[in-house]
Amino acid sequence: MSQTTSPSGAGALATASAPARRLRDHGRATPWLFLAPYLLLFTGFVVIPVVLGLWMSLHQWDYTLPLKPFVGLDNYVDLFTPGSTTSGIFWQAMQATAIFTVASVPFLLVIPLLVALLMNAKFPGRNFFRAVYFAPYVLGVAVVAVLWRYLLDNNIGLVNYYLGVLGLPDDTAWLTSTPAAWVALVGVTVWWTLGFNAIIYLAALQDIPAELYEAARMDGAGRWQQFRNVTLPGLRPILTFVTINTLIASANMFGQSYLMTQGGPGRETRTAIYQIAETGLRNFQMGDAAAMSYILTLFLIGLSVAVFWLFRERKGARK
Amino acid sequence: MLAASATLATALVLSACGGGAPSTGGEFTGEYDGPEVTLSFWNGFTGGDGPFMQQMVDQFNEEHDNITVESNTMQWADFYQRLPAAVTAGEGPDVGVMHFDQLGSNAARQVILPLDDMVDELGLSADDFTETVWEAGEYDGQRYGIPLDVHSLAMYYNTEHFAAAGITEAPTDEASFMAALDALQAAGYETPFWMPARWPGHLMFMTLDWQFGGEPYAQDGSEATFADESGVQALEWMRGIVDEGYSPEDVAIDAQYVAFKNGETSITWDGIWQFNDLEESGLPYAGAPIPNIGGQESTWASSHQFFLPRQDDENRMNAAKVFIAWMSEHSEDWAGAAMIPARQSVLDSGALDGMPQAPIAEALDSMRFTPTAPGIGTVTTETLEVAVADGVLGAGEPASVLEEAQGRATQLMEENLATFGQ
Repeated sequence: MSQTTSPSGAGALATASAPARRLRDHGRATPWLFLAPYLLLFTGFVVIPVVLGLWMSLHQWDYTLPLKPFVGLDNYVDLFTPGSTTSGIFWQAMQATAIFTVASVPFLLVIPLLVALLMNAKFPGRNFFRAVYFAPYVLGVAVVAVLWRYLLDNNIGLVNYYLGVLGLPDDTAWLTSTPAAWVALVGVTVWWTLGFNAIIYLAALQDIPAELYEAARMDGAGRWQQFRNVTLPGLRPILTFVTINTLIASANMFGQSYLMTQGGPGRETRTAIYQIAETGLRNFQMGDAAAMSYILTLFLIGLSVAVFWLFRERKGARK
Repeated sequence: MLAASATLATALVLSACGGGAPSTGGEFTGEYDGPEVTLSFWNGFTGGDGPFMQQMVDQFNEEHDNITVESNTMQWADFYQRLPAAVTAGEGPDVGVMHFDQLGSNAARQVILPLDDMVDELGLSADDFTETVWEAGEYDGQRYGIPLDVHSLAMYYNTEHFAAAGITEAPTDEASFMAALDALQAAGYETPFWMPARWPGHLMFMTLDWQFGGEPYAQDGSEATFADESGVQALEWMRGIVDEGYSPEDVAIDAQYVAFKNGETSITWDGIWQFNDLEESGLPYAGAPIPNIGGQESTWASSHQFFLPRQDDENRMNAAKVFIAWMSEHSEDWAGAAMIPARQSVLDSGALDGMPQAPIAEALDSMRFTPTAPGIGTVTTETLEVAVADGVLGAGEPASVLEEAQGRATQLMEENLATFGQ
């Protein structure tokens, strides 16, 4: 066996050294050639839409109409003018987005971490439980939303029925009153997506060298001290990623409220993306919708910068 | 050279938007003798109506050697979002069917073509249709839709519950309706009439608004008028059903219909397209026209209408016209989908005999349509639906939620008028 593998291993080494030589020969074009497929997609699906969206937001843009009059910053001004057709609904939607984000992100950061810590421990059936927690994430939003819409229905659903069986209040209108609708939307979202963050945490936990824990134990650190001084610092780079990712995902919530509450009871759970889709794709006011999405984008950029700043490496700050 | 200049002329006509009508292929002769074509046919019949449409398409294909029609069925909501995009990109269908209230928007966007020349050839005239359904196919003085059917709200009731409560006849007015609710409650059916906050709540609201003598929108599409006295009466009546305990509080999406199918509630108002579904469920039920609560007999209704999307291929257009004509002539088969055929001659021929929707079709003359103004469907979704939900849920006073929604609706309608330059 070892005889057959060693020549092929040598061959692999030989071929690996060939491109290195060619890279020098080709010079500067090579990295760009490697980047080309990605750049092409990036340009087509990110750069062009971003620029085109900006251009649209300066027009009264209905793609089915021949005339798309230039209106300058009017679409933006309208968003900040009380009483215009777009400002009221947009800021209400932004507020809904903020409520959902503030309510869901802490749960989506903490619960998956607890789950990951559990999953990282050694116990029989561990893989089964890993799968159980990750499974909902595999489902599409339509499946999740329709499933929970029926479970949470206050008059015919199982959730209230079982709450009643347990002697708890069983008349909560989970989908047609606030704040219950927010509890339902956040709860369903956490149940649905916690597996993703948990998997990332789990991978990060497994990257923390066992020697660090060993050394900590030698120094007499308890479980909590190990968590604070070994686990958390080890997770910090991942934590930045998970936080920003979760913030953006939560701020982009759309399907859950679209399918579960239809933005209701009235318009309370209509998020910004929901309103943008309604305005742009159903009402064909793509200029207004583009302006809305740029304002949302600015908020998200601000938020991401804040998170980076919070999680930045503070050299010399400790010890 | 001739062909080139013809194309140029078409292009000029097309680019002179808002002015003359775009080309609609050759004159309709009722026959298609061109080369073999395969037509793509878009529709939104995803429910119990789908199989009936497919049967009709299959029969058409059998009878026509040189035309093959391929159905593409999708949810109506997707349909209305996709159609303008597809046609604009030159990837649209060759023929399709849509609700009349979308014809105006799509005509104004030049997604669909006028069909006036077909009407004469088909021998279609206003005489063969009820006035409302015929007018519903027109926008801006031109015909864009060939009516296939009328579908309205209907009252469904559980015949077992009715028998237990000693009710022998379907209620027809407010007095008998309220008496029926009381009798049902007395018989142990505590919440006999669930009031939905969302769909079909706004259809119930419009029905009642008309019954109380109102009109949700101005006919010319210039303003919303659903917050006037009759509108407030309508919404107060709906909320009253909840306040008086006939309906549970906070009925969520779809719950009203599911509860009816489960025998948890005795009466529900929903579209006649539910007949096949209820038939299949095995529930002991019957259908009747919506009772006259407000004083004037009327029921919300809509109509599926065939349309021709804008495209360049004359052969396809002509073949599509043959398809539309054939479908219109065979609309009695469509009665199997629980719809009411739009043509009076088909109705007179007894197409509805023994069909569950027959009693509802008797109220055809009192069925009411919203105006065909562009964008009216979206206006309803954005404003009226939300106000009705708030009112039914008790989140606001009927008068004030309607007032607020009406203001925004009028704003949107004014914007639409400006956009479409009427």
